[in-house]
Amino acid sequence: MAGVKRQSLGGLVARRVGIAVVLLWIVSLLVFAATQVLPGDTASAILGKTATPDSLAQLRAQLGLDRPLLQQYTDWLGGLLHGDLGRSLAAGLPVGDLIGDRVGATLTLAAVTLVLLVPLALLLGVLTGTRRDGKLDQVVSWITLAGVAVPEFVTGTLLALLLATWLGWLPAVSLIPPGESPLAHPQYMVLPVLTLLVAGLASTVRLVRVGVAQAAAADYTEMARLSGIPERRVVRRWVLPNALAAGVQVIALTAQWLVGGIVIVETVFQYPGIGQTLVQSVQSQDIPVVQAVALLIAAIYVLLNLLADIALVLLVPRLRSAR
Amino acid sequence: MSVTEATAARPGRPLTAFRRRFEGRRAGQVACLLLALLLLVVVFGPLVAPYGASEIVGIPYSGPSGSHWLGTDYLGHDVLSRVLDGGRSVVAYALLAMATAYGVGGVAGLVAGLRGGLVDATLMRLMDVILAFPPILLLLVLASGVGGSTAILVAGVALVNVPGIARVVRAATAEVATRSYVEAAVARGAGTVPILRHDVLPNIAATVAADAGTRFAISILLAASMNFLGVGIEPPSPDWAVMMTENRSGLTLQPWALLAPALLLATLTVTVSVVADVLTREEER
Repeated sequence: MAGVKRQSLGGLVARRVGIAVVLLWIVSLLVFAATQVLPGDTASAILGKTATPDSLAQLRAQLGLDRPLLQQYTDWLGGLLHGDLGRSLAAGLPVGDLIGDRVGATLTLAAVTLVLLVPLALLLGVLTGTRRDGKLDQVVSWITLAGVAVPEFVTGTLLALLLATWLGWLPAVSLIPPGESPLAHPQYMVLPVLTLLVAGLASTVRLVRVGVAQAAAADYTEMARLSGIPERRVVRRWVLPNALAAGVQVIALTAQWLVGGIVIVETVFQYPGIGQTLVQSVQSQDIPVVQAVALLIAAIYVLLNLLADIALVLLVPRLRSAR
Repeated sequence: MSVTEATAARPGRPLTAFRRRFEGRRAGQVACLLLALLLLVVVFGPLVAPYGASEIVGIPYSGPSGSHWLGTDYLGHDVLSRVLDGGRSVVAYALLAMATAYGVGGVAGLVAGLRGGLVDATLMRLMDVILAFPPILLLLVLASGVGGSTAILVAGVALVNVPGIARVVRAATAEVATRSYVEAAVARGAGTVPILRHDVLPNIAATVAADAGTRFAISILLAASMNFLGVGIEPPSPDWAVMMTENRSGLTLQPWALLAPALLLATLTVTVSVVADVLTREEER
């Protein structure tokens, strides 16, 4: 029995990994296509109004834009697989050098946010889910509604106005010196993390709350209560495990939202991460940087989803036997 | 279930049905009222603005005064006039993107739902691929080819909405397609277009429209975020989101230049969400 179960589990995980790889490949196609099909190629973007047919052709040849599209794609993908991310048009540097420090800064921001977000979402979700329609529940549901509805850049700006402009507690922009870890400058991380938390908690608390409320009203929980088991134990034994499953979903959901959230929050606070790089390179049409950073972000996103999927697969059978 | 309900409700006046949904929901009523007021400002604001939106009227970043109630912005424009003018683009581009999305997603969903088989599978996998992309990333990658434009803004926000709409339309169409009246119409040799118009569309309309409010809220949010990131509307034209980018350097000097558009944008998105929430919930019952 156990052998059969393990095998199917391994198969499931293998399939998820396979899907993730295919997804990444499709994403690479999309990123490449989206930056190619539109009018105005990189060469004309660099030369601008000074372009002459001759100089355009020369620059195209220099950048390798005169190769067939398919070859451009395979060359690009081959380079990526060997760790060559391409060369920035604006800075003239390899993309890897350009974003090296920034990847760390962004991952730090994401990690700090997640480390605070998941326990907070679980705590608030359980508190509101077990006491539905209580005072706290009502307050939290209003705040989450606003948090979901208001764009991150508005939340961030309002927080900056409140905490930086009027109260003067925090710096309004996160000007972390290049090459230094954001963790060495915690005062620069507070506003970006806080903004991400407000927006992130809003969607995740709702999800946990619903899961908890369902578990709290389920037959098996009712049965446990009727058997005279104290409410505290009921919550711990029957309700919380279900909240944990919701917690895994929270991570997956958050991963999807965090990608967009970080790009915006980094721009709002001038936080030196890859999200800011992406926005700047989109504005300046620095295609190689856009391609590399977009694919990198998509890879992180797919990876987080994959981990959450696998965690859910591992968690659910145990939960099912409890039902 | 919601399909039959909607069919039954159709003869009634839509306004009465709309009003009934807000009965006993204080928050929904307040949101509705606020949204109506805000939309009045958005539509008629430019008519009552004291100055032109692109008119330089004073020293950059001067604080509120008698002649400029909300002060001036980074170039010396009147903030109040720009705020009164800057809501149109927020609402208009979101609506334009929604209309495009319903057009494309609707056709895709109808074709998938009616044809089934390989066409259905191909279309739906295509939708899955779009969904696999985080929306902001998708929009930024799209914009990178041209460095941002309003056409890309509308197309991108529409594209993000297409998969969801296509799925809803497909599910509703597939369900309706098996009903006896559709089969009867096919049997009597009616063409695809008349069947769509008389039998399918009226019966899926309510289901498809149920989450239109939520999609509108998402569209506003995405379009505003793109404009804030500087890859949508060109900066000189007044827009609440653009105002928040261009006046960022005045955060300490002239907070009103940021606060006014921020509060209006927040009020708009929250009220649209609350109203959408009330409408959707009622539909589910």
